[in-house]
Amino acid sequence: MELLQINNLKTYFEISAGTVKAVDDVSLTLNYGESLGLVGESGCGKTTTALSINNLLPDEGRIVSGEILLEGKNLVEMSDREIKKIRWNDVSMIFQGAMNALNPVMKIGDQIAETIVLHQKSSFREALKKAEELFALVDLEPKRISNYPHEFSGGMKQRAMIAMALACNPKLVIGDEPTTALDVMVQAQILNLLYRLRQELNMGLILITHDLSILGETCDKIAVMYAGKIVESGDVEDIFNRNKHPYTHKLLSSFPNIHRERIMPEAIEGIPPDLINPPPGCRFHPRCPYCIEICRSEEPAMTMESKGHYYACHLGGVHNGK
Amino acid sequence: MENKNKIISVKDLKVQFQIKQSFLHELFAKKQKIVKAVDGISLDIHQGEIVSLVGESGSGKTTLGKAILNLTPITSGEVLFKGKKVEHTNKRELKRFRQKAQMIFQDPYQSLDPKSMIIDTVAEPLEVNNLLKTAAERKEKTVKALEGSGLAPAENYLYRYPYELSGGQRQRVAIAGSIILDPDFIVADEPVSMLDVSVRTGILKLLLELKNARNLAFLFITHDLSLSWLISDRIAIMYLGKIVEIGPADEIIKNCRHPYTRALLSIMPIPEVHRNRNRQVLKGEIPDPTEIPRGCRFNTRCEFAHDRCYNEEPQFTAISDNHDVACHLAAKEQ
Amino acid sequence: MNTIKQEMRKKRVEAFYQSFRSNRMGMIGAVILIFFIVISIFGPLFFPFNPLEFGEPGNVLRPPGGSHLLGTDNLGRDIFSNLLAGGRVSLMVGLLATVISMFLGTSIGVVSGFAGSKTDMILMRITDFFLVLPWLPLVLVLAAILGTSIWNIILVIGLTSWAGTARVVRSQTLSLKERPFIERIRSIGADDKTIIIRHILPNVFPLVFANTILITAVAILSETTLSFLGLGDTTRSSWGMMLHYAFQSGAASSGAYWFFLPPGICVVLVVLAFTFLGYAFDEMLNPKLKRR
Repeated sequence: MELLQINNLKTYFEISAGTVKAVDDVSLTLNYGESLGLVGESGCGKTTTALSINNLLPDEGRIVSGEILLEGKNLVEMSDREIKKIRWNDVSMIFQGAMNALNPVMKIGDQIAETIVLHQKSSFREALKKAEELFALVDLEPKRISNYPHEFSGGMKQRAMIAMALACNPKLVIGDEPTTALDVMVQAQILNLLYRLRQELNMGLILITHDLSILGETCDKIAVMYAGKIVESGDVEDIFNRNKHPYTHKLLSSFPNIHRERIMPEAIEGIPPDLINPPPGCRFHPRCPYCIEICRSEEPAMTMESKGHYYACHLGGVHNGK
Repeated sequence: MENKNKIISVKDLKVQFQIKQSFLHELFAKKQKIVKAVDGISLDIHQGEIVSLVGESGSGKTTLGKAILNLTPITSGEVLFKGKKVEHTNKRELKRFRQKAQMIFQDPYQSLDPKSMIIDTVAEPLEVNNLLKTAAERKEKTVKALEGSGLAPAENYLYRYPYELSGGQRQRVAIAGSIILDPDFIVADEPVSMLDVSVRTGILKLLLELKNARNLAFLFITHDLSLSWLISDRIAIMYLGKIVEIGPADEIIKNCRHPYTRALLSIMPIPEVHRNRNRQVLKGEIPDPTEIPRGCRFNTRCEFAHDRCYNEEPQFTAISDNHDVACHLAAKEQ
Repeated sequence: MNTIKQEMRKKRVEAFYQSFRSNRMGMIGAVILIFFIVISIFGPLFFPFNPLEFGEPGNVLRPPGGSHLLGTDNLGRDIFSNLLAGGRVSLMVGLLATVISMFLGTSIGVVSGFAGSKTDMILMRITDFFLVLPWLPLVLVLAAILGTSIWNIILVIGLTSWAGTARVVRSQTLSLKERPFIERIRSIGADDKTIIIRHILPNVFPLVFANTILITAVAILSETTLSFLGLGDTTRSSWGMMLHYAFQSGAASSGAYWFFLPPGICVVLVVLAFTFLGYAFDEMLNPKLKRR
């Protein structure tokens, strides 16, 4: 049984201007101890997917259809009470800009202990002890649990957030852009940490980012999202070396590669699509250099290229010259 | 390197701030906490050249960029523009300097006045400096600047407000505003770090076009070494207020000598599949800029630090033509 | 060429209007306010009676009926005419006092926030002084010194209600001052005056506008309070004065509801209207409060 299986998830937002189809038929799978990189640009729906799993959508958002199976149990059909038991104990999250999510007037250790007490049967004393252990686990000095957030640097705060996410020994951790606001060196430290923790604790990790280049060393699988849909998914080798979707290819080539020639990458023309009225047919067609007639009218279905490698394009691998 | 004109010459520049502490601290503390954001930097930027300033947060790179333009007060040292010292006390001279040396800011969502129409934002430098008397002339120049920044036809953008534009478009508006006075030098402070990846290339291409078409000199400030490699002629690596290595872009990437540069290179994300790449992930973080380590300021994180590194600040050693390093070890290896 | 500009402006105005229409609170407030403004301007033209003319001795405290739509007061004056006249006065005082208050509050707030250091400190201490002083005693003292003509009332209310606005505007100015776009505009050579007029003021405008509406409500209430306490302008009729006479003549205990209820209800409705409008504009202009 897989750790996480999402089948045809649709999450929409109802706003005054219309219905935003933020996540529109997304399916993915994650096994125990595996790490998946969910990559795409702003507005593609990756954060909404993460929030859907944890049932942390804002008021205007709701899961319209589809299922989210965590160890076989469908989270979409669960009541709020049942989800509360799962939240943090089985699935936890590191939010975007998490470093700013710490309560500035409360000691960090207390905040972690509070998290533990809220989700498990534990006394505050015991929880504080666990917080010390967690600090050690993320390379922070255990005695610093009595520090306040302003006494920590950005990187240290992020480690504290990771510690908080691990507080209840979850099976799956979702990190939403956990390194975006950090310096390159600190980013490397945090990614190393996540890699090590995954090995030690055998936990599943979903890493949400817009930076495809950091996934080459941290993830087993990658799913590329565009305009609320997954355009390609597969293991890391498939995506980097054998990608089939023009967007994947263009996105990849937007990142400079010092091992290659020093030439300016090609820009992706156009602007991200309107999710209230997405383009008909393939959502990427207005910006795709290989667009043909059928792309404008018919949505491409997911095609299997090889085991575990899927893509949605009418012209498979056209940029690879096949 | 061709003997081009030096547009900007920075000579031993220092920018220091006093940290505001609590009332009691100010009363009883013996030593004031001083942040040495820029601690003695000398740098030349030539006409038509893009020099990248690469460093992490806390390195002082933004402060240096602003200090060159006199947007931040200079503590000591001088800035020469086209060979002449910029006298920031002389208002008229400063105004003339400001017309020729502009800045592009990092956050396109915050660097445009939300209540001003695009046409007013871009034309404002003309108005403020009393150039081009008629509205028609100003409009024409504005249109040229907008189209020169890739926003064509300009009509579609002139009467819009920033909130109606995307991040990339806003940044192009900011660029149009900075080129409308035909400057000689532009400081670009992380101009693409807040933009989507697919939009970045467009902006970088634009900067290169501007450099070629107008013979503009750029100081490109970034934390992303790979970006600086892509766009610059020379790269300067900054650490805690000083330049530790500087040289041609290719040379820095292929033949760097400073341990910090090496570490930065090794951890640089590359869009390839790697497993167990030999990455030198440095421990710890940049030291507190109010307490700069004695000797070489990198000694707290350097794996090669030895006696001399704890006592003596390294001077620049020439590695090759135009490539300098400030490191005792590198000097020894030469 | 200019038609593009005009077209866009038209679109934006339409969008603004639409978003206002969808705001129920705002619409209710607007309807009430327009109603009162209209009857205040045109109502008195159709006065059945001179509001100040005393009636026949036998016509005193007559309940509604006949030629007196709302009855008469303790001196035989027609209540309906007084209500219309009173509306004019109450609204006028409210508006003019608000103009003084907002002008003072905004200019002091912006100058203080932008200048910083000593200027800021001095101006803020003055503001704190006015903020902290108990309003009613201050107003009583000022009214006693200056006299109770309508213009003095307007002045007094204006002078005692600007401090809150000043604080709020200063706060926003401080945060605006640090925004990158101000830094950018400085870097192209703009001087302080240009920055304040072209960039700071337009950006504090939404805040000031929403604040103005609420201050107007406060000003109208202030005038009503002053008049009720007997400090109002006795030569003019206002809702507060009517309440004053009603209280004085014991209308409540004698059951003459037509004397004190109409002015009371009018004050409540108008203040409510301004409050609703204030909330509506606050919601519309502050995107964070918008219900999506």
